[in-house]
Parts: sequence; structure tokens; C-alpha cells
Amino acid sequence: MDRPAISVRGIVKDFGAGQTRVRALHGITSDIYPGELTYLVGESGSGKTTLISIIAGILYPTEGSVCVFGSEIYDLRENDLVRFRLANIGFIFQQYNLIPTLTAAENASVPLVAAGMSRARAVARASETLAQLNIGDLAERLPRQLSGGQQQRVAIARALVHSPRLVVCDEPTAALDAASGRRVMDLLRAVALESERAVIIVTHDNRIFDLADRILNMEDGRIVSDGKSFPTEH
Amino acid sequence: MGWIALRMLTGDKVKYYGLIFGIAFSTLLIAQQSTLFVNLMLRASAAIWDVTDADIWVMDREAEQIEGTRPLPSTDLYRVRGVPGVDWAVPILRQGATVRTRGGELEQVSVIGLDDSTLIGLPKNVLKGSLADLAAPDAIFIDDVGSRKLFPGVADLIGQEIELNDRRAVIRGVVDANPSFTSGVLLYTRYSNALNYVPGTRNRMTFVLAKSAPGEPNAQVARRIESATGLKARTQQEFALDSIGYVAANTGIPINFGLTVILGFIVGVAIVGLTFSLFIRDNIKQFGALKAIGVTNGKIRGMVALQAGWIGFIGYSIGIGLATGFIMFGSTNSDTFKGFYTPWQILFGVGVAVLLMVFATGFLALRKVLKTEPAEVFR
Repeated sequence: MDRPAISVRGIVKDFGAGQTRVRALHGITSDIYPGELTYLVGESGSGKTTLISIIAGILYPTEGSVCVFGSEIYDLRENDLVRFRLANIGFIFQQYNLIPTLTAAENASVPLVAAGMSRARAVARASETLAQLNIGDLAERLPRQLSGGQQQRVAIARALVHSPRLVVCDEPTAALDAASGRRVMDLLRAVALESERAVIIVTHDNRIFDLADRILNMEDGRIVSDGKSFPTEH
Repeated sequence: MGWIALRMLTGDKVKYYGLIFGIAFSTLLIAQQSTLFVNLMLRASAAIWDVTDADIWVMDREAEQIEGTRPLPSTDLYRVRGVPGVDWAVPILRQGATVRTRGGELEQVSVIGLDDSTLIGLPKNVLKGSLADLAAPDAIFIDDVGSRKLFPGVADLIGQEIELNDRRAVIRGVVDANPSFTSGVLLYTRYSNALNYVPGTRNRMTFVLAKSAPGEPNAQVARRIESATGLKARTQQEFALDSIGYVAANTGIPINFGLTVILGFIVGVAIVGLTFSLFIRDNIKQFGALKAIGVTNGKIRGMVALQAGWIGFIGYSIGIGLATGFIMFGSTNSDTFKGFYTPWQILFGVGVAVLLMVFATGFLALRKVLKTEPAEVFR
């Protein structure tokens, strides 16, 4: 087996303090490998969003360590962690979070611009990525001129444009119809397989469970099952 | 990230124009009211600046400003002339009088009696007539604003007769004088002639105008005059400031204008603050996403600062353009605003106020962005 892309060791996360303290994660330990489409599933409140936020380097754990491609990310200084995210992680959000006043290509170019690339070069490269996702003809459109599926593809382009090694997705199909959701998932699967990226997806959508390489099922802040198929009781 | 910040800002047209309107309106209000205030205050010293040849004004000990001072005996003129460092000294009379207009109404005017031989105190720019014309019997010069007030629609005033304190006076010239604080009509005549027009008292010399000898500092000569004569002697600059200070301290003008300026600032802060806050709130998810993707707080600060600076610059430019346009139009088309201008200090001061406004509101709005955890975009 390959070296893991992500190693999570003994992750504990508490919210609040004193008597109002709530433990969201209870010592999670797991490895995630490149070229795999990994799902995090579970009921609301099971801790999957907390876990993916910690893996993505946007939420500090209370205890434990996260090693992403050999870097202990929570040992990095805050600005170094931000730079690490920018260089290594692509984000896909449930509500897309596209900037409504930027065109599709401009939205997709944001990580490159944030990394210091010139506007013209960044937009040109983003347009190429949009074309690879078969929406090159929509490059000049604003988000409000796109359907939900098209907007999610733009969001995927934004997540991939800077060639990150880890892609994290939060409910990427939740706002899409079945056909659009399926197309998006096919795309993410291709992203994981073709370029040896680690792709982690938080989802409730059982319509797409069959596409997963691995499903981590969470309950009450613990991983209760880890397999290639989704738990039958889910 | 600058262009992204600007596209985020300008894309929401309603808020973008709302922000610019808020700053432009506030700038207009602050700049226009400050300009009117400063120019009105300067008018309190206008008559002092019209006297370009004299360095020092000598007056009664209790005098605080140019209007309504207690007259001096004519012997004081000789005492001043005798002070070391005084090159020359001349009398000037400045007293209120009444003119009966052609319509029969009475108009309050100021009669200014100038030294017969030198005419020191007469504004430099004589628009109609010549200095020699003032030597004629009953000759007076009138200021241009006053001429339009006393003789509306009359093109040629030369030779017009008026009744000045029940005595005949003939207009022989028109001068370009700075309007006084009270915007009253100014009538210039020779000192000896002025004595005939104003009510007779023993002392009728209002001021002594003096010139320092070459190489003598004006302030030093003024102090020397004071110690030698017991009179009050002020340099032109000092007397102008005294007059402005007197008006400021004895009228409600500073408070009224000050309140309007403060109101303008508060209105600007309120409009800009609320709109900016709404703009940030509407874009909080986008900012959160940017933070998650890997945009540092420093860059976010830069984006918000650019947005604040941009709307500040546009709003300020529009507001200042309107304010200076108003003042320029007024000063060229209306006697009320004659000589008004917008000092650079006001442009600078309003600029500072606008910077304060946009960066204070931007900073408050920014706190919300900086406090947003990137992880919130997953919730």
C-alpha cells in the first residue's frame, strides 16, 4: 500500500469550555491514501464536518496531530499553515461560495491570484481548467447565469486550478439534482484517480455512495466503520 | 487580490453607489460649510487686508476689531509719527452713516476717510474713475458690491448723487473691495471730506495706519508704539486675527457651522458604516471561503482597505468637486459669495475626515471578517 497522504492521530476536538464544553471528536485515528475517493458519512452532529475541517487545516484540534503529505500541519505557524493550504489543498463547498461579481474564469482563478500570479495568466489558466471540465464555453458568465451543476463545476475548477494534492469537499452534490450530482461525482472520481490526489468528501447523499473507494462512517465523534461500501444500516 | 476586492465592491451596484453617495454627501456638507465658515471669518478681516501699504494699525486701547472702535484724538497721529522705527503714519476714519436710496429708503453704510494726500487705505483696484477724481468736492468712491446694492441695474454710476447723512455726495469712482463681514456698502472719501459727512465729535480718527522703517520688524515697532503712546498697536496679521477672533467669540457662527460640519461627518459615518457593514455581511461567506482557500488575514485587510480607499477617493472627489464648484459658481455669479474660495487646508482636512470615516467603518466591518473562522464555510 502507498504511503498515506494524510495521517490523523488521536484527534480530539472540544467546543466550548467548562460546563458547556462539548467533545465533538473522541481520538480519531485514520490514514487516507492518494488516488482514493474517501467519503466521510454520518448523521448530523456526528463530527464529520469537524473532522474534515481539521484535516483541511482550517480548525485547530484540541489534541492530536494531522500529517498532510509529510507535514505536521498544526506545527506550522498560522501564516505558514495558510500558505500550506493555498499550495496543497483544494476546497469545494456545499453552497459553492463563488464570488457573484466575478466571471466563472475569474472565480476559478482565485487561488492562483492569491498565490501571486498575475490576473491575465491566472484567468487564462483557469479558463483551461474550465475547458478540461467541459465548461470552457461558460468562462465569461457570472455565477447567477449558471445552473447549480455548472456553478459546482466552476467551484471544482477553483479547487483544482492550482493542482492541489488534497481536495476536500463538503456535500458537493447536496444542492444538485441526481443527474448533475452524478456528473460532479464522476468528475471528482476522475480527479482522484487520474492525478493520484487524495479526495475526501463529506456527504449525506446515498445516491453517490457506490462511487466511493472508501467510506468512513462516523457516529458521536468516532469512526464506527471503515470499508469499501456504505454501512447497510445507514 | 486588488482587482477581486474592487470587483466585489463595484459588482453590488446599490451598495456601491450608496457608499459613494454617503461619502460624497458628507464631503460636500463638510467642505461647503467649512468653506463658508472660513470665508465669513475672513470677511471679518477683509477691510484690514484691503489696506496694503500700512504695516501697523494703531487704535484705542480697548479696541478689539475694525468696527465700532472708540475714536482717537488727532494728536495721537503725531505721537505715533514720533515713535522711533515708524517710517510714516496717516489717519483713517471709519464710521457708520446713512444713505437715502433713490427709492427713498435708508441704507446703512460705512464711510472711510482716507489721508488726503496719500489716499492710503483705498483698495488697490480702482474699477472706474481715477485717484485724482477723489480730489473733487463731495467726491466719494463706492465699492463694487455696494454699488450694485445701492443702484441695482444702473450701468454708469459716475456722477450719480446720493444723500449721505443728509449731505450731498457724488460718486466719482468704483473700487474692487473685499466685502465686509456685515456686507455693508463701503464709501471712500478724503479724510477732510469724511469729517463733513459723519457726526461731529471732538475725536474722529478711528485708526492710525503706520509703516515701519526699512529693516525694522513690524511686531517690534508695534510694541514700541504701544509703550510710547499707551495705545494699542497691532501688525496687519495680528489685527486680522484679532478681528476674526472677536467675531468667532461674539457670534454663534462657529457653533452653527461647527454643528453642521459635525452633522455631516456623523451622517457620513452612519451611511458609510451601515452600508459597508451590510456589504461585508453579504460577502462574509465569500471572505470565509477566501480565508479557507489560503488568503491570509493580511491580504483580507488589504482588500478591505482598498475597498475603503476606493470609495473614499471617489466619494471625496465628487463631494469636493461639488463643493468647490458651488463656491466657484457663487463667487463669480453672486455678490454674496464675492471673494470666496476653498483653502487647501479645507481640502486636506476634509480628506483626513473622509479617510477617518472610511477606515474607521472599514475597520469595524473588517473585524467581522477577521473573526470569521475559515471552518465556518463548512457549516
